[in-house]
Amino acid sequence: MIKGLKKWRLFALMTALLVFLAGCGREEISTLLPAGEVAQDQFNLLILSTIVMAFVIIVVTIIYVLAIVKFRRSKIGEDVIPEQVEGSAKLEFLWTAIPIVLILILAVPTVYSTFDLADVSTMDVQAEDSDSMTNLTVNVTAKLYWWEFEYPEQGIVTAQELVVPTNERVYFNLISADVKHSFWIPSIGGKLDANPENVNTFYLTFDQESAELEDGVFYGKCAELCGPSHALMDFKVKSMDRESFDQWVAAMQEEATPAEGALAQEGEQIFGADGAGCIACHAVSGSGASGGVGPNVATFGDRNRVAELLRT
Amino acid sequence: MSSIAQKKGFGAAMWDYLTTVDHKKIAHLYLASGGIFFLIGGIEAMLIRIQLMKAGNDFLSAGTYNEVLTMHGTTMIFLAAMPILLAFMNAIMPLQIGARDVAFPFLNSLGFWLFFFGGVFLNLSWFLGGAPDAGWTNYASLAIASEGHGIDFYALGLTISGFGTLISGINFLVTIINMRAPGMTYMRMPLFTWTTFVASALILLAFPPLTVGVFFMVFDRMFGANFFDVTMGGNTIIWEHLFWIFGHPEVYILILPAFGIFSEIFAIFSRKRLFGYTALVFATILIGFYGFMVWAHHMFTVGLGPTANAVFALATMIIAVPTGVKIFNWLLTIWGGSISFTTPMMYAIGFIPSFVAGGVTGVMQAIAPLDYQLHDSYFIVAHFHYVIVGGVVLAILAATHLYWPKMFGTMLSEKLGKWTFWLFFIGFHLTFFIQHFLGLMGMPRRVYTFGADQGWDLFNAISSVGAVFMAAGVIILLVNVVMTSIKNERVGNDPWGDGRTLEWAIASPPPFYNFAQTPLVRGLDTFWIEKMEGNKEGMVYAEPLEEIHMPNGSFVPVVMSFGLFVASFGALYNMDGDKGWTIPVIIIGLAITFGSMLFRSLKDDLGFHISKEELMRDVKGGKSDGLK
Repeated sequence: MIKGLKKWRLFALMTALLVFLAGCGREEISTLLPAGEVAQDQFNLLILSTIVMAFVIIVVTIIYVLAIVKFRRSKIGEDVIPEQVEGSAKLEFLWTAIPIVLILILAVPTVYSTFDLADVSTMDVQAEDSDSMTNLTVNVTAKLYWWEFEYPEQGIVTAQELVVPTNERVYFNLISADVKHSFWIPSIGGKLDANPENVNTFYLTFDQESAELEDGVFYGKCAELCGPSHALMDFKVKSMDRESFDQWVAAMQEEATPAEGALAQEGEQIFGADGAGCIACHAVSGSGASGGVGPNVATFGDRNRVAELLRT
Repeated sequence: MSSIAQKKGFGAAMWDYLTTVDHKKIAHLYLASGGIFFLIGGIEAMLIRIQLMKAGNDFLSAGTYNEVLTMHGTTMIFLAAMPILLAFMNAIMPLQIGARDVAFPFLNSLGFWLFFFGGVFLNLSWFLGGAPDAGWTNYASLAIASEGHGIDFYALGLTISGFGTLISGINFLVTIINMRAPGMTYMRMPLFTWTTFVASALILLAFPPLTVGVFFMVFDRMFGANFFDVTMGGNTIIWEHLFWIFGHPEVYILILPAFGIFSEIFAIFSRKRLFGYTALVFATILIGFYGFMVWAHHMFTVGLGPTANAVFALATMIIAVPTGVKIFNWLLTIWGGSISFTTPMMYAIGFIPSFVAGGVTGVMQAIAPLDYQLHDSYFIVAHFHYVIVGGVVLAILAATHLYWPKMFGTMLSEKLGKWTFWLFFIGFHLTFFIQHFLGLMGMPRRVYTFGADQGWDLFNAISSVGAVFMAAGVIILLVNVVMTSIKNERVGNDPWGDGRTLEWAIASPPPFYNFAQTPLVRGLDTFWIEKMEGNKEGMVYAEPLEEIHMPNGSFVPVVMSFGLFVASFGALYNMDGDKGWTIPVIIIGLAITFGSMLFRSLKDDLGFHISKEELMRDVKGGKSDGLK
């Protein structure tokens, strides 16, 4: 009985949480359910500014509602000529000074956070006890309409699927190979443009493992109109603990094993056929150079989603 | 207008409008063509909302969707909102300062026809191989890569209509500086005249950067210049800077006249002098000034670096102060007044919460790190629709009701007007409020479709329902206009009963020469002062009744603008490189334009005089000001 009640309470709690979450969107993509330090900072700014702005709205609303209720012509008489007030220096000072104070409240965290989020001083810093870097760097190249992720230190290239370790800063170098794009993982942090003429650099932190999510991945988006298929220019993010990430890196660095079985070999032959073969554009090995014509399909079999569709 | 037009027959009325240099008729032209473009832009908006009504909809293809969203933005900003505001500026501002007309009546007409042919040229792209598809911001890398002629229609069309707007801006500046009636000092000018003045100054300073940017674009596409070609050492960020150095002041070019309209409405329908007139004037000037210092807040995510982002974030926040001053002064204007809930006042009352909502989200986006999340998401779509629809469009609808009797001599139905208001107002909030949350839930803007697995279905469906309400409101407005024109009940000088400024001291519609005698202005709200002192004549006049010198109408502005229209087709198809007829078309077009300029320069046109007797007859017949 008590056990049943507990279950029921848990169920109610879960339902309430679910409704709340639905109002905030999906945790794979919503900025309202931050899953990284950067998104959390930005979410805090959202809450702070919402509180300040709610104060403004409340003050305006009170004066506004009182005014239109108290001073209707039907109430005060048809022929009344109101006093022609010129103004009030005191009031003008008041409603100049108070907004300035409110803006100062917002200005301090704004400036602090602007510099904080742009701080890339620990990028490309060599660790003391080994040859490797202290932080992971990913070179992102945006192309019509896909994303290429190069891990320069590890010598890995992937496409459409970004794999990152959790709980550490990951640095990104963004550039576009054609028109302007914008790199955005809403639940992890704000966007930064991938310009065709310069490399933009910033960092993100992934605090939640993507395996915990319903879909198993965070959703990334292109946020700058880049052509007809702009809406479809998505990518997926898998975040995992450092150990799993290292295993993934090691697996990617291995050369592809030869196909086994007649059907697989036939497939490999079609894929690699001279001239018309898929391999002309799509690389099948994770280790190699960046700059592919089409997305690298090295880990295709590991993806749980292909072009928005759940692979069944 | 309609009674005269009926007498003259359709052909003559048409010719009258084609050749008019009268600011009131040019206002009709701006209102009609701006109104038609508003309907076109509205249809495009409905197409967008139908497409996004549900996940994975295939009502529009991806390419068509991009064309529709580009043309929706471009049409609404350049061809609907601005021209309709120019209509009210033309119709009302010269009356408010007691001027005979604008300073350069011929240029006024030229400005309109340039805008008109530019707008038609831009919209013809739909039938000639596809509309522009790089968004109204037309970011360079995408625009240069765009195939077909859409972008060329955009660049050339905006160049032509931009000339028109620039000419109008200069014209209004000169008019307000030089042609104010005796006693109309700067600090006695009605707020709508003040905002027209500041907006015109912004036009003068903001349009050249756009022209430069568009010129670069035309040179890149026509002559293979490489301003924006990264592979040849060009830089696409330059376009973004040029566009937004224009684009941000452009927002204020739209919103300041809207503020002016609402300032008039609050004072009239509260029967009360504007609270803090001086503060309102200085807030207007400050907003115009700051408007040029904040353009990079549209580019926080471009990667300008933390110093630039922080500086522009703070500069942007400062704008909230003068805007807040305005809001509180309006509130204090209705406070202690006698509020009459007419249709224009309903819009003004509806404007305050709508615009405050748009304003506070603006401050939120000024917080640069937060903007990294909000930028280019549906949050920004919600924000700028709150300021542009909640501010500018509500002002346009309010002014349509407020000034309709002054422009056409008959009142729009109040009953239908309130139906329009409620449908539009509810629809507007239904459509756009929820889009804030779509943005926060990760939905980027300018996407032609979205997957069912993103969790955005319900809110998009609600948003689309809201759009239907807005459309219904606009349809009722059209019905209202038609019914009112058929009924055609004439009204007197001051149909709202509480007019305060000079335009309400003259007949509705005013005679073509405006005030027979220039009025003497004795203070702020000069007509109100005369009314309160019981002046039966309406106004005190600064001069005896004398002959009036008027300009002749001219067909030359139409020809001049048409020449550029023709030449643009030549320039556009010349880019294909395989058509022999393009160079001759450019030459013919430019010959028409420069030929008509030469004709205008060489021909002496001294105008005509209206005799005293004619004026006396009008005054006795009740057609003039002073007597009803």
